[in-house]
Amino acid sequence: MTTQVRTEPITVNLGPQHPSTHGVFRMRVTFDGEEIIDVEPIFGYLHRGSEKLAEERTYVQVVTLTDRMDYVGSMLNNQAYMLAVEKLGNVEPAPRGVWLRMIASELQRIASHLVAVGFLIQDLGAWGTPLIYTMREREKILDLFEMLCGARITNSYLRPGGVFMDAPAEFWPAMNAVLDELPPRIDDLDDLLTDNDIIFSRTKGVSVLTPEQMLDASITGPMLRAAGVDWDLRHRDPYDYYDQVTFERPLHTAGDNFARYWVRVQEMRESIKIIRQCEKLIEPGPVRPEHDDVPWLLRPPIGDAYAAIEHSKGELGFYLVSDGSISPYRCHVRAPSLINLTLLREMLVGELLADMFVSFGSVDINMGEVDR
Amino acid sequence: MIGLGLLKAMRVTLRNALKAPFTIQYPDRKVGIVGAAKEEGKSPIGLVATQPVTAAKAAMSMYSVPVNIPQNRRFRGNEFTWYEDRCTGCASCAKYCPLGIIEIVTSPGGFDVQEGESYAIDVFDIDIGRCMFCGLCVEACPYDALHMGSHFERSKYERDALVIPVDELRQALKEPSSWFRPQFEERDYDPFRDGAEDDHYKVGRHEKPSDETLDERWVEER
Repeated sequence: MTTQVRTEPITVNLGPQHPSTHGVFRMRVTFDGEEIIDVEPIFGYLHRGSEKLAEERTYVQVVTLTDRMDYVGSMLNNQAYMLAVEKLGNVEPAPRGVWLRMIASELQRIASHLVAVGFLIQDLGAWGTPLIYTMREREKILDLFEMLCGARITNSYLRPGGVFMDAPAEFWPAMNAVLDELPPRIDDLDDLLTDNDIIFSRTKGVSVLTPEQMLDASITGPMLRAAGVDWDLRHRDPYDYYDQVTFERPLHTAGDNFARYWVRVQEMRESIKIIRQCEKLIEPGPVRPEHDDVPWLLRPPIGDAYAAIEHSKGELGFYLVSDGSISPYRCHVRAPSLINLTLLREMLVGELLADMFVSFGSVDINMGEVDR
Repeated sequence: MIGLGLLKAMRVTLRNALKAPFTIQYPDRKVGIVGAAKEEGKSPIGLVATQPVTAAKAAMSMYSVPVNIPQNRRFRGNEFTWYEDRCTGCASCAKYCPLGIIEIVTSPGGFDVQEGESYAIDVFDIDIGRCMFCGLCVEACPYDALHMGSHFERSKYERDALVIPVDELRQALKEPSSWFRPQFEERDYDPFRDGAEDDHYKVGRHEKPSDETLDERWVEER
């Protein structure tokens, strides 16, 4: 004979200062037993007003602000912003600078995915070990960035029309060493995690999102590709020289936490392929236009421009409006982290307490970018 | 098959467990008796015989040596390097700073080696506490007077102490980073290997003009 246990919902406040929330993020979660029945995400705790700050800085100075939006993908942020500035100011970029920034941004994509995978596994409860494995590889990429531009996180490497300085001679052998080392490490990660029964049972079939749901919410990036939608801006709307390199777009059909993890691991391998092709295609030459063509105090003609790239988290777009002065009249950022977070309620309702932060981590958000 | 994946995963962790750790102890590294003896310049037996207290400390892993890891030469360090002889006080760096943390006050009456008259720089304060080390000031300097430094250990107990005043800039050890200074990289200069760069003529983007050229420019033309 079974006895009926009467339960009642309880509302729990999570965050904003919680180690699992990948930043300062607050959720008001209503549980019924262990099951989540309602989620109310509350953000804005890391709002620094980057868009407003950009309005009183010159076009080159804003680069430093873009570094600090998504601080695990600074190079990609720089690239998106520079594409918007080049579109706005009709700047003809220098070819070597474009190749260099493609290499830098693909390296950054690997580093960003390593962070995403490591922290996702840490959210699953694997304390430390897989995270340190991924961080070890990320360190090597950050060392390459230090060689390129003197900083590890806040790069500020790109300038309108290229990069500020050519890569030093010691960069190329160092990069090749890292690229030779990475595939076995990613295989290790596969052995450690992708075939792991515990990961299977914890992530498969959890927080499933359908392609229709995601397209309605304009979700992009690895989340969308994990549901089988072949949407990659590098392929669909090639910017820079992505039309000259070949790469595959890994797709999964499940749309659950495991698919999101799997797509990220496969994308790292594709990024390595792209860097290898870039290295073959790069040619000597100037890395940025002459100062006469692109002055530091750039005064683009009156108008507006929107440029988007495939960030490691989704479509990152910069919308700039110029009034003909030295600083943008308006700067708007289409932040993938924020927009990917909009389906959080649909992802979490009906799931269990233990899966909450796993699903949250599988979105791969960065609070610096959500609140800007 | 259930369990096979776990065995594969364990093989990876076992392989990594047998490797040496890749983490680096900073700022100090604990060393045993052998390391302590090497640091003191003695053999391990000699250390035990002559300095038993040190040897006992090392055996209890209480003996540590400082760790110094060189950065890359483009590293945007904490201490700025400034060559007063090259600086004209144009304040380009102050204008290009996205945060406006460089304060420059000049007055007429300075002396320049090449030009004769120039401005004297009374105040050149950099508020490191608010600096984000983007290096735009260095990029803006038309005379290669301001360089990024190559050190980073400059923590202080008070915020006011984080402001670098002009006197400190004058006296600081001149170890510029090669960030946005291609002439350093052409010379294969590395602040972590070669150390100080004293001569202000050396750090310029252009070659030092010869005396004949200067005569031509400044004496014969007038």
